[in-house]
Amino acid sequence: MTTLTDPPKEQFRLSMLLYDTRYRSATIQVIALIGFMLLAAWIISNTIQNLEGLGKPVEFGFFAESASYDINQRLLEYTSQDSHLRAAFIGLLNTLVVAVLGCITATIVGVFVGVLRLSNNWLVARIMTFYVEIFRNVPVLLWIVLAMAILIEGLPAPNAFRGDNPTATMDLFNTVAVTNRGVYIPEFLFSRSLGDIHLFGTSSLRFDISLDLVAFLVVLGGSIFTMRKVSAWAAATQESTGDRPKIWHIQLGILFVPMIILMTALGLHLGYPELKGFNFRGGTHMRNSLIALWLALSLYTAAFIAEIVRAGILAISKGQTEAASALGLRPGRTMRLVILPQALRVIIPPMISNYLNLTKNSSLAIAVGYMDITGTLGGITMNQTGRELECVLLLMLVYLAISLSISAVMNWYNNRVKLVER
Amino acid sequence: MSDVSFVRTEMLPEQAPPASEVGAIGWIRHNLFSGWFNSILTLVSLYAIWYVLSGVLPWIFQSVWNANSLNECREIMIATWGSTHGHACWAVINDRWLQLLFGFYPSHLYWRPIVSLILLLVALAPVLYSDRVSSKMLIVTAIYPFLMPFLMWGGTIWGPIAAALGFVVGWGVYTLVSKQLSGLFGMIAGVAASVIWWLVLSSYFVGALDSVLPIGIEAVQSRQFGGFMLAILLGVVAIGVSLPIGIVLALGRQSDLMIVKYLCVGFIEFIRGVPLITLLFVASLLLNLFLPPGTNFDIILRVMIMMTLFSAAYMAEVIRGGLAALPRGQYEGADSLGLNYWQAQRLIIMPQALKISIPGIVSTFIGIFKDTTLVSIIGLFDVIGLASAIRADTAWNGIYWELFAFIAALFFVVCFSMSRYSMYLERKLQTGHH
Repeated sequence: MTTLTDPPKEQFRLSMLLYDTRYRSATIQVIALIGFMLLAAWIISNTIQNLEGLGKPVEFGFFAESASYDINQRLLEYTSQDSHLRAAFIGLLNTLVVAVLGCITATIVGVFVGVLRLSNNWLVARIMTFYVEIFRNVPVLLWIVLAMAILIEGLPAPNAFRGDNPTATMDLFNTVAVTNRGVYIPEFLFSRSLGDIHLFGTSSLRFDISLDLVAFLVVLGGSIFTMRKVSAWAAATQESTGDRPKIWHIQLGILFVPMIILMTALGLHLGYPELKGFNFRGGTHMRNSLIALWLALSLYTAAFIAEIVRAGILAISKGQTEAASALGLRPGRTMRLVILPQALRVIIPPMISNYLNLTKNSSLAIAVGYMDITGTLGGITMNQTGRELECVLLLMLVYLAISLSISAVMNWYNNRVKLVER
Repeated sequence: MSDVSFVRTEMLPEQAPPASEVGAIGWIRHNLFSGWFNSILTLVSLYAIWYVLSGVLPWIFQSVWNANSLNECREIMIATWGSTHGHACWAVINDRWLQLLFGFYPSHLYWRPIVSLILLLVALAPVLYSDRVSSKMLIVTAIYPFLMPFLMWGGTIWGPIAAALGFVVGWGVYTLVSKQLSGLFGMIAGVAASVIWWLVLSSYFVGALDSVLPIGIEAVQSRQFGGFMLAILLGVVAIGVSLPIGIVLALGRQSDLMIVKYLCVGFIEFIRGVPLITLLFVASLLLNLFLPPGTNFDIILRVMIMMTLFSAAYMAEVIRGGLAALPRGQYEGADSLGLNYWQAQRLIIMPQALKISIPGIVSTFIGIFKDTTLVSIIGLFDVIGLASAIRADTAWNGIYWELFAFIAALFFVVCFSMSRYSMYLERKLQTGHH
């Protein structure tokens, strides 16, 4: 007869923490955590000691003090009497402006170059390869500084536009002035403007929203909503009858007619730059620093985007194109309905990281004096107040927040377009 | 029976294809003029190429090489060609090229960076071309990290020797302890011994030997470093050190150990979320605050540390991509052979994962090499910083194309060679069947 016995009860010994795989991982983690906390504590205590030695404990009160420096390129109103916080806020908006402009231009140029690199035309493909290799293999800082140098040294001064026999003339039917002090472009003016809303009173984050812009966005949103309804109706008709009604002229009408009516009602006209005295007045003035940064960042990033687009299109197998032709789709529709939706899945993730790189590279603005967040918070504010620790940490936090929000938005989009696998 | 139609029994001889379909003409027809749209594209491209070349070639070749200032350059241009437009003034490069390459490094010591560069190539040869160069050359690779700082900064020879001895001490303690106790204890004791040696004992060692036997070469201060030499120095250190750190971080991020994993994720995402320039601000302004009061170490060393950490975070993500691309079966296969974690990583996982990630690793290398130019913003005189200084000089005020073309050419040569090498390596390691 057999008897059942319990397996011998294992005694816990200290050495099992090292040799037993069940406990070893816990041991390693505890050691890692303790090591990390010791390191952090060491750094923090050193910092506190050092700051006490220098006589400047960590505090953020300097943000309320008057900045007393000027920011020449800005979206919102700002004077040198405003606080450092206001200056940082203006700088943040400048960062976002150049990042958004850069991303749009880089995408357009990049897609164009990437598609042309795959062209059957040998010469065009070679020229585009040349462009990509030149821009990818030279530092972006060099492109930025070079663009700035070309703008300052190579363009005519405003007084070259003066006199009966000027050496320089304005471009695009006398509407755009390209000078070595920046580019003056026409601005939108409304003779029957709806005015502004002032948000946040007189605080540092005060913000004016133009009601004209709000009206424009509302009308645009309404038009797009109606257009989607119309195309849904067209799709439903196609499902039931097999015929797709022609809707493109209806769509164009929905998009443009309300907009034109709104613009006429508001009295839209353009304000042109004019030479007055030593400089141009009127119009929107884009400083050289903004243009140099924008151009250099877009052309540099476009070279990377071109490679991504090319790789994405090459990743779609030829069988897909052939199957689409076998179904009777024309080349245009093949591209739009078969190739692009699949290529986008390959293209979007690296595209996100390139947008992030462009945003982070915009911090090089400090090299050409464009007042972005690095130029204000990490530049003049830091030098004036001597608060390196607070300024640099805040600067990092701001960039971290921007990076994380861009990648969150783009990942959401990526999840929407990606293939749903079973 | 007899009205069977004629059936041919022998093949016709092959005929040559029409002249317009083969040879140069056929190639041109297929690649340049295959339709009206392509023909227009070709003509537009030809015009663009002609337009650019007709401006650039005379600019490059009808140029002034000997002058002391931009004004003198312009006078020579007017005397020779009648206009200043469309002619390069290479005299600025002729005048300042040594400065652009070496910064303010003492000119009688230029041989030291040059020897370092040649030794770098010798040290890299057995790594880059492992099939053609004898592996005995690896001894140069092992010595190089200690020889290079000695050559570049000079000073006593005992410093680098003491640094190298740290590894010897660590290894000795490791073998001793792991024989007595276990491998893990040996590892911990070895690392501890090395750290104690470097932090505490080595300074006494260096001081004692230096007073007894003062062997050394002329010391060079860090602030004299500059030019393209600085870019190569920073790039080589950041590239060389970030690869191993990146591998460790990638493994940490893939690990099952939760705390280790989150520490790695936090580090990687933080570094990747901020621009390099803020990390350089940390290097130049904050790093001294983080260390015990009174510590003051070299600005170039501080920049090297931050650039290495920056590059390591990107490297970790690239290698993680390689790890994720490996089929699950490779991990299971390694487990079923009874390999432990480190053996599996070393023999099965890493060789394949690194091979997959070669293009990403090399483009990270190229990226970090280009990013070394950012040090000009925190006041080091690298090529871009020197270019600004030259442009501010009264003699050369107003010059830009020539300077930046020269600098761009330097970077282009290095970066383009790196990307070509990665393509060669990919082809060499290709084991697939297509």
